[in-house]
Amino acid sequence: MVHRISGLALAIFLPLHFLALGLAIKGEANLDGFLKWTANPVVKLAEMGLVFLLVVHLLGGIRVLVIETFGWREGQKRAAVFAWGFACLAALVFFIRAL
Amino acid sequence: MNVRLYLVQRATAAIMAPLVLAHLAVIYYATGHSLSAADILGRTRGSMAWGLAYSLFVLVVSAHAAIGVRVVVAEWTPLRGSRLDVLMWTIGIALLALGLRAVAAVVLP
Repeated sequence: MVHRISGLALAIFLPLHFLALGLAIKGEANLDGFLKWTANPVVKLAEMGLVFLLVVHLLGGIRVLVIETFGWREGQKRAAVFAWGFACLAALVFFIRAL
Repeated sequence: MNVRLYLVQRATAAIMAPLVLAHLAVIYYATGHSLSAADILGRTRGSMAWGLAYSLFVLVVSAHAAIGVRVVVAEWTPLRGSRLDVLMWTIGIALLALGLRAVAAVVLP
């Protein structure tokens, strides 16, 4: 379920991300204006959420690939806790660096 | 999800795993150094490596996201058959077009 929700959220975010980067097509100033807006702490908080979603989806995806390829079954609960913990840590480190 | 979509989904996932790790490294670098638009575009514009890597990323993420959304919509809604295919192709083509436009915006000199 976490993999589905994080994937769906990332799929919704993706076109917005592309549109934001596409601002540079009309000149550097457009992109710079957008980047200045992203300095807002609320936006940084949202970006922290995105980093969490990306990391948790990456780890969930690696888990699926490994299970299907190597038939690994033990320690699934531990793997899920690790994915959550690592994704939270990665998001927190991003937030601290971004502030 | 049929076998072909399943294989594309797993292949794009395998291609994307290292690309996402690299993208995370770029995200951490960019935020840690508070890069301006000029700093970013100074590094990416005219760079064949950035252009090729991110074009590949856009291609695989568009396919992966479109198939993934198709799976979730099939599980969570009554939508079935050709409507699911239309949804998947619409999402995939839209993401590909927007993504390649974004790559062009930051890479083309």
